[in-house]
Amino acid sequence: MKNLKIAVSALALSAAAVPASADDIKIGVISILEGAFAALGQDGIRGVEMAIADAGGSVAGKDVELIVVSSDASPDSAVAAARRLIEQDGVQVIVGPLSGSEGLALRDLSRSYPEVTIINGSSGAQDTTLRDPSENFYRFGGDGAQWMAGVGTYAHDTLGYEKVAIVAEDYSFPYTQVLGFMSEFCAAGGTVPEKFWTPIGNADYSSVVYSIPQDVDAIFVALGGSDAVSFLTQYQQAGFNTPIIGGSITIDQTVLSSDASFRDMLLGAPAGTPTVSDFDSPEWTAFSAAYAEAYPDGLGAPSIFAHHYYMGGHAAMLALEEVGGDLSDGGAAFRAVLDDLEFVQPTGGIMRLDENRNGIVDNFVIEVFEREDGSLGTRAIEVVKDVNQTLGQDLETFLAAGPVSRDNPSCP
Amino acid sequence: MRYLIVLIPALLLPFVLTDFWLAQVLTRSLILGIIALSLSFLATYLGVVSFAQASLAGVAGYAIAYFGPNTVGIGVPLPFIVKLPLALLLAMIAGALIGFVARRSRGIYAIMITLAIGVAFFYFTRQNYVLFNGFTGFSGVLPPALGDRSWGDPRPLYYLSLGVAIICVAMVQGFVRSPLGLAVQAVRDAPGRLLALGIPTTFPIIAAFAFSGLIAGSGGILNAWFQERVSSFSVGFGPIIDILIISVIGGLRHPTGAFVGAIVYVILDIFAIDLIDRDRFNLLIGIVLLAIVVAAPNGLQQLAIDWVGALRKRAAKTPAN
Repeated sequence: MKNLKIAVSALALSAAAVPASADDIKIGVISILEGAFAALGQDGIRGVEMAIADAGGSVAGKDVELIVVSSDASPDSAVAAARRLIEQDGVQVIVGPLSGSEGLALRDLSRSYPEVTIINGSSGAQDTTLRDPSENFYRFGGDGAQWMAGVGTYAHDTLGYEKVAIVAEDYSFPYTQVLGFMSEFCAAGGTVPEKFWTPIGNADYSSVVYSIPQDVDAIFVALGGSDAVSFLTQYQQAGFNTPIIGGSITIDQTVLSSDASFRDMLLGAPAGTPTVSDFDSPEWTAFSAAYAEAYPDGLGAPSIFAHHYYMGGHAAMLALEEVGGDLSDGGAAFRAVLDDLEFVQPTGGIMRLDENRNGIVDNFVIEVFEREDGSLGTRAIEVVKDVNQTLGQDLETFLAAGPVSRDNPSCP
Repeated sequence: MRYLIVLIPALLLPFVLTDFWLAQVLTRSLILGIIALSLSFLATYLGVVSFAQASLAGVAGYAIAYFGPNTVGIGVPLPFIVKLPLALLLAMIAGALIGFVARRSRGIYAIMITLAIGVAFFYFTRQNYVLFNGFTGFSGVLPPALGDRSWGDPRPLYYLSLGVAIICVAMVQGFVRSPLGLAVQAVRDAPGRLLALGIPTTFPIIAAFAFSGLIAGSGGILNAWFQERVSSFSVGFGPIIDILIISVIGGLRHPTGAFVGAIVYVILDIFAIDLIDRDRFNLLIGIVLLAIVVAAPNGLQQLAIDWVGALRKRAAKTPAN
């Protein structure tokens, strides 16, 4: 027993010693490796590792060391993780975080550490870069609104929906997704009579299911993971069969793979996403193949998270190579390179940044289809090129509409 | 005298440690320790395990954010001299209300009631945008300026937290010796006899909860300043469990056990991911916590005291040999 006690104390104490060579370049990674999003966070890590491996694991003759820390989707934990990376491990480049509110928190934190450059992982809240952006926070990717580009127009003009109800989780990322959908859908002449905001992790949607107006043409569902499964199951079991329009994390492989009764309801359902699993382009095929080879135990195809963490890591490696791995000026030269960086995305488009350091991206409208073996997959039906953060609108007008919230935008 | 052994190193540590160890390890431990102290106090002297202490800390943290500078444009800025007592008062009132609701329940029923209150408060903060700004909560909650610096800098915040921790421990020790504190302990030991003597039990229970609200609230304000933010995540299920773990592994025999538990917990929380495959670091945390509970059923502090006692005995025996 006594030996056990000593072993435990020794274990706790030895935690303090972290070996590192002075010549290595250290890149910190913040991802969610615990709780409901752990599988997604793990895929994000795979993305960064692929980016480092692409460059041979070193830049300008210096080895690159990844230091991975976990957050738990809360802004507090993301801030603690970043502080640990900066103050304890001395990193000057951080790739992450994963989730919307974490991104907002790190944007705020980055002001206190002007010598550190934070390159967003996959967090998609709009205001992270749109309002009050930070000089040293970069997002090589879109926000939740950009990820819906094309869907509103497709739903109205092609599918002929005039009236759509919304069911979404009650936080910053779904707000942004709803904005992306509604800005096109309302402009095309559609109306959204009612929105239902539900807490994350909700299990009982019966009150929502029976409150959805009967005369809507479709329901826009922006729920993630198990929330999407619960809602769709309960909606279908209640005997309704109104068509579904999906958010970027609603129509995802984990939901489609679930052996649930709502399968048929989802056939042909459109959604918006920056990452399509079955996309036929040489760049994406190569990226998918590299992913499958490096991670035989990984997901069937790189997820949105692997894709975006890859772009963050890739941008960091390209810019580090350009400055010879030298961050001794507080990263000023490194950030100057990042500002003008352009590279080919895994989906084939050219990634570049706007003046707020937010990505100008290509986005996909996808639909659910049945594969020959009977399983459900998604395929691209339209690619929307060069989507910027204001969705093609004038910046002044876009900002004047105010920050996204439960009630903004509105077109009843 | 015994306290000087701990106090003098604690005062000198800022001169040897890096900012990271000072802020992220020690200051965070002190803050979590203060909140856990409010639970240890209730568990030890009232005999009630409350799961609502993170909520009480949250009430004060939210109050300081709502009535102070923040970057989300919600709230009514008040001068420091008003908002600080107001935040503590609100935490005390919240504590008293919880005590009132839970006054007739003990054991597992008290746990259920306080847990329900804690979780309800969490969902309320997440849904309410007028007072709590929902999911995102408040950011930019800065402590007041200290000359041309800020109380939020590592050293000032460490000393502030240390001072508050010492005051809280002293208050607990003073409270339990006061007539009211003795009545609280009498409620724990023999509520029936107390009633037979003609002393109502309701008031001591409510007073004990309000007092624990004051302590938790002090920790909650420090926590808001330390994180520079407060959100629904600060009062969620995670913090509720963290506070319980810290109290239990530290030990409930003496109020300062909460701080021992906090420092062990914080070090594990920060460094476990470096020791083991990153898919499994929570497993390591769980195993170590389990080992602590098995090896030291009365908490780490009691374990240390026992070791010191054993060493002394051995030292006393040596000359005789």
